[in-house]
Amino acid sequence: MSDLKTIVKEKLAGGADAFLCLKNEEGTVLPALITDADSPDLEFVDVGESRYPLGRILIDLQREYPDKRFAVLVRGCDERALIELSKLEQIDLDRLVMVGVACSTEEAEACGCPRPYPGDIALGEKVEAAPGREVIDEVESLGDAERLGWWKEQFSRCIKCYGCRNICPMCFCKDCALENPHLVEPGVIPPDFPSFHIIRALDMTGRCIDCGLCEEACPADIPLRSLYRKMQDIMEDKLEYRAGGSVEEKNPLSFLGTEHDIEKLEQE
Amino acid sequence: MAENNNELSYKLVPSTCVYCGTGCGVLLEVTGNRLSGTLPQKDHPVSRGALCIKGWSVHEFVHSPRRLARPMIRKDGELVETDWETALQAVATGLAGARDEHGPDSVGFFASARCSNEENYLLQKLARAAVGTNNVDHCARL
Repeated sequence: MSDLKTIVKEKLAGGADAFLCLKNEEGTVLPALITDADSPDLEFVDVGESRYPLGRILIDLQREYPDKRFAVLVRGCDERALIELSKLEQIDLDRLVMVGVACSTEEAEACGCPRPYPGDIALGEKVEAAPGREVIDEVESLGDAERLGWWKEQFSRCIKCYGCRNICPMCFCKDCALENPHLVEPGVIPPDFPSFHIIRALDMTGRCIDCGLCEEACPADIPLRSLYRKMQDIMEDKLEYRAGGSVEEKNPLSFLGTEHDIEKLEQE
Repeated sequence: MAENNNELSYKLVPSTCVYCGTGCGVLLEVTGNRLSGTLPQKDHPVSRGALCIKGWSVHEFVHSPRRLARPMIRKDGELVETDWETALQAVATGLAGARDEHGPDSVGFFASARCSNEENYLLQKLARAAVGTNNVDHCARL
């Protein structure tokens, strides 16, 4: 995509020390960090069809290079991740320039994305898609006992690869509950129900930006995205918050407020 | 963990997971001059963006402090550092001794997924042609 190449050059000339985007070299799409306008990688920059956790990569890059300014190619999901990560103090948006790309109709439908475009679109055209609700609808048509059985069957396929956590742009804790031997018994596959998957689902509440990378990375095809999507629906319903929306909106789970605020909440 | 030179650089090197015979596609993350992580290759024809826990951790052994960096020989029950010449001589003497005393099938060869195809070929050639046994196996025989 020649447009992207021009944009990368512009951002590098305009003060960014490096541009994180994707490249397509010999048919393989992978993330690439372009640090100068003479980089041979510039010939291969491409939006590509594969998605990678660019937010996760940027957390590491900003930590490793605290004095550098980065530009990054973002789809709607990447932008949501970076916004929420900034609220969780993992990403410094002041040292980051986002270049937005809208997903195509085909991509948006295949992905079932709730918002397949970022706030500012530099590449592509904005299309709307309906978030995939087939799994949620199916599960909600079942009675409680059947529903529990349905999820147990799904989780029984888990090989505990930790891919859902590893690929997740929103997972950054140094001490992960999923590696705590008191909560998740080491060496047991599949993990005990409900510990592993319910710990993760709860940790994703108010944090999951619904990119679906977890489900894509799952070798056992567990419908993780639907599980976390339902958690976000509940969060929105009860606390009127959906992760990744705007920088200004506070995450109700990430602050406690002053003692006075808490007392006031209790009185209400 | 190797010290980073902190030159601004981040690369992903496509490779194949060495842990078993499946051949999943991994992308090795290199930050500065340090191997910093692994990502699954999303469009890989074998693994299609998924990995098992071993694949996800495949970068960890490279800078592991438990990795042997020099040849060692066990002397009086203790492992002691030595040079390659002495180590190889000890291996050759031990293998020849076992073969001469108990026959070639008293010896077995264990190849590795961390070696190249060509190196594994040479190991089975040593087993079959030099020692005279078909006792060849592999750590990735899943």
